[in-house]
Amino acid sequence: MAETIPWLTLLVFTPILGVCVLLLVPRRQTRLLRLTAVVSALLPFMLSLWLFGQYDAATADQFREQTAWMDVALNREALNGSVTSFIYQFQYDLAIDGLSLPLVMLAAFIGCMAALASVNIRKRRKSYYVWFLLLETGMLGVFLARDLLLFFLFFELTLVAMFFLIAIWGYFDREKAANTFLIYNGLGSAVMLFAFILLIYTAGFQAVESADRVELVYSGNYDIIAANLLNPEAYVNLAPNLMGGDNPFYLSGEMKWVVFILLLVAFGIKLPVMPLHTWMLHVHKEAPVPVVMIHSGVLLKMGAYGVLRFGMLLFPAEAREAAAVIAWLGLANIMCGALLALRQQDLKLVLAYSSLSHMGIVLLGLASFNEIGVQGAVFQLVSHGLISALLFLIAGSIQERTGTTELARLGGLSRSMPFISGVLLAAGLASLGMPGLSGFVGELLSFLGLFESMKAVTVLAAAGMVITAAYVLRSVLGITFGPLRENGEELKDARLIEAVPMIALLAFIILLGLYPSVLNGTTADSVQEILSQLRAGG
Amino acid sequence: MTSTDLLQGLTWQDVGYLAPEITLIAMAVLVTLLDLALPDRINRAFTGWFTLLGILGSLGFVCWHMLQLGGTGDGAGPGVVRLLGDSYRVDGYASVFKIILLGASALIILPGIRAVQRDEKVTDKGEAYTLMLPAAAGALVMCSTGDLITLFVGLELLSISTYVLVGIRKWSGRSQEGAFKYLVMGGISSAFILFGMSYIYGVTGSTNYGAIGGALTRALSDYEALVYVGFFFLIGGFAVKLAAFPFHAWAPDVYQGAPASVTAFLAVVTKGAFLAALLRFLFNTALPQMQTPFGEDILLALKLLAGSAMIAGTTAALRQRNMKRLLALSGTANTGYMLVPLAVGVGGFVQWSNAAELGFYLIAYALMATGVFTVHLVISREAGHDEMSGYAGLYYRAPWTAWAMVILLLSLAGIPLTAGFLGKLFILLSSIKSSDYWLAGIMLLSSVISYYFYFAIIRQMFMRAGETERRIPMPLGSGLTIWVCVSATITLGLFPGLAMNWMDSTISVLRDILLG
Repeated sequence: MAETIPWLTLLVFTPILGVCVLLLVPRRQTRLLRLTAVVSALLPFMLSLWLFGQYDAATADQFREQTAWMDVALNREALNGSVTSFIYQFQYDLAIDGLSLPLVMLAAFIGCMAALASVNIRKRRKSYYVWFLLLETGMLGVFLARDLLLFFLFFELTLVAMFFLIAIWGYFDREKAANTFLIYNGLGSAVMLFAFILLIYTAGFQAVESADRVELVYSGNYDIIAANLLNPEAYVNLAPNLMGGDNPFYLSGEMKWVVFILLLVAFGIKLPVMPLHTWMLHVHKEAPVPVVMIHSGVLLKMGAYGVLRFGMLLFPAEAREAAAVIAWLGLANIMCGALLALRQQDLKLVLAYSSLSHMGIVLLGLASFNEIGVQGAVFQLVSHGLISALLFLIAGSIQERTGTTELARLGGLSRSMPFISGVLLAAGLASLGMPGLSGFVGELLSFLGLFESMKAVTVLAAAGMVITAAYVLRSVLGITFGPLRENGEELKDARLIEAVPMIALLAFIILLGLYPSVLNGTTADSVQEILSQLRAGG
Repeated sequence: MTSTDLLQGLTWQDVGYLAPEITLIAMAVLVTLLDLALPDRINRAFTGWFTLLGILGSLGFVCWHMLQLGGTGDGAGPGVVRLLGDSYRVDGYASVFKIILLGASALIILPGIRAVQRDEKVTDKGEAYTLMLPAAAGALVMCSTGDLITLFVGLELLSISTYVLVGIRKWSGRSQEGAFKYLVMGGISSAFILFGMSYIYGVTGSTNYGAIGGALTRALSDYEALVYVGFFFLIGGFAVKLAAFPFHAWAPDVYQGAPASVTAFLAVVTKGAFLAALLRFLFNTALPQMQTPFGEDILLALKLLAGSAMIAGTTAALRQRNMKRLLALSGTANTGYMLVPLAVGVGGFVQWSNAAELGFYLIAYALMATGVFTVHLVISREAGHDEMSGYAGLYYRAPWTAWAMVILLLSLAGIPLTAGFLGKLFILLSSIKSSDYWLAGIMLLSSVISYYFYFAIIRQMFMRAGETERRIPMPLGSGLTIWVCVSATITLGLFPGLAMNWMDSTISVLRDILLG
């Protein structure tokens, strides 16, 4: 029974269903609109929990749904008669494995929390929720898609939805932020599409031969491309001189590097890697609170997921050679992010640079090429998603009450808002890597992994963690304790609807900190499989 | 063959194959006579409906011929009808492009009928429609031609009709300026083309594509420089008409001066007809030579033309705030995309037939450009000007139209789930096929740059307050055109196979495009 129901399609398209319902709800029915949106965001989370329960770590690619979507005929006039079909095939292909499962759960959970946090949106609620749910479908789809074009399609959906969400519902400088976001990420998508097209044209080519017929297919399917790249007998790996002088599908060593670097740049913009990060600061400062939660909690993780899934898994040999570069880039992210965060005067910018710094840890974990490190990277993705979503949620609550996030104008909030201040303190401790909270586990695993191969980088990165402690404590303590500023006593503490997502996020942070095996158990087998692929290729 | 031989060879059955063109011309004559004979007090709206009827009738004949020729089966019918010594061909290739161009014409005329009636600056309402008919006939001739002379006849028929159409708003200074510029530039373009043709005829001794292709190798060894002169002048003349860089400077002025439906006609039908004619000409002449230095040079020139049109169009559009001028420059960039299938040649491992990619992008472009111009027709009338600020607050004034416009703009920008994205994807794959990575890079880059101004329109519609909150009434004809364009854009964005498989089974490179 469970096999016949398309669970993953349900998961991805429940928010779209919510959009359809929303369109029928009258504009003035605020409560009904909110309820519909929250329910449509809650259902995918319930589904992802159910999938988590059903997930069997031993078998790969579960709940797979695969059908041909577009079969586009290519010209076969100039080919010989034995070719029976010559098509370009684009598949609707969703699957889940140990790498995507935690990220899907994270996306669904943060989406649900952000929907709850959307109560503060006061204008054009209906279209807000429509774009919000489209964004949710996009980010869920990205982690599940196993066809290059399908992945690109979901990726672009998040781009368009984010543009509208920032530009209409953001703070003062919203339109500039939306434009910067659009152009930077548009460039990233263009680079990604270039790499994908090169892959489809070479590694995606297949000739299926049987007794009297030959079927030629260009496919964007991830598994086909991965299998072809690893198979020395596939067309993509046969040098032209072995084929009688001409092999249009051959991806030479240099071209493999080109594609690998294109993919790194494309996802590096999203991650973001150090010199390509400026767009993210605008977004974090200007976007509305729930959107920043999703952006820093989930969308940045799409970059890391892309680096791992498309960069490292498709090109293990190149990735292994580039490991040192990736590690140094990660170190640059950690150090620069932390140092710049130390100098910021605005809480949101402190948090933005802190995201940059923490995403560097992910790069370190990935660069380690061993089980502990890669697990640490995946763990860090989830953990940082939860922590940064919580921190931005609190920043939004503070801004709503005091009208500012400037550190100089905030202080002594623990007297009037003990609950919010307490959660902020806990989130800050999680962020700086306090044992017992999730941030510690991700950092520790990543560093342990990297220590095997690159001791110097690890030591420097660990020193960066000291700066992290400094900037987190500087801003958090300043806000919660210290002298009271500007009519701070009249401020009200969190309402119930705000407290629910804060408590839920904090609960997961503590849960993962105390029982990391909840997450590591599901990822372990996948990570081992990933590593065996990496070793086989490298 | 002498001229008497040719005419004797023309049977009644052959005349039947000319039915689409004859329908258009006959309808043009009929409407003109009615327009002249009827007294002034009678409303001239009927001429618009007659024009639409003529276009649809012609479209019906083209479809009928396509089925009759066995285009959908594999060589079941005769395939090709050659008329007048192979100078005029009725085949799958011609049918596909005729259907695209006539369909676009019908979609453009439908909202135009009401707009022309209400435009007080158009004094001769009847002519505003009537001239679309010979223009469309010219476009059809250009799709079918296999001979330089016939090509020139079709080209001039299309051009002269549109010169008048651009200036149809007689009492508007801009319209007169646009018409004058178009006439002068068009005249120069025709002169270039004719000059090039005369050299090509001189060195090959024929005006027939097939014969030119056959004689070209010898001509190249004897008079190489003259062959170059002939081809470059011909391509240069075409580039002027296509508004490709560096011959695109006239387009913004002309587009701005002409009524919106004429602008749409110039942007879609004129471009489509010139591209269809150029592809057939190049397939017979330059592409068979693509291993020689001459063929390489021609293809390189086309690639440079394509790449520079993309860059020039998008960068110039960045600072443009007038919608018609912006769409003119975006049209230049789109011309660049559509020149790629012509420029990449047919070498390497065979993929699409080049014609299919061009056709698909032309369909996508026709849909989005027609849709956007129709929206603009309604908005500019309401705002009283062509500036982008007229779109401010459109979301509050006409929410459905605003959403339709978003989809059309996303298609122009090349965002997935639209026909525009897949059109670009197919063209990108073909440029990878020929290893022209720089061309693919320019194409992707110019797409990203174009986000800036397409999303600027979206910003106006959704994020700015308009001067009023008054609802904008949507006339039935315009609404119909807009939603046909939007739904077809999405349908093709989801199921490109509908169009690609049709074109692949109808067009045969060996049978249709190559003469000889």
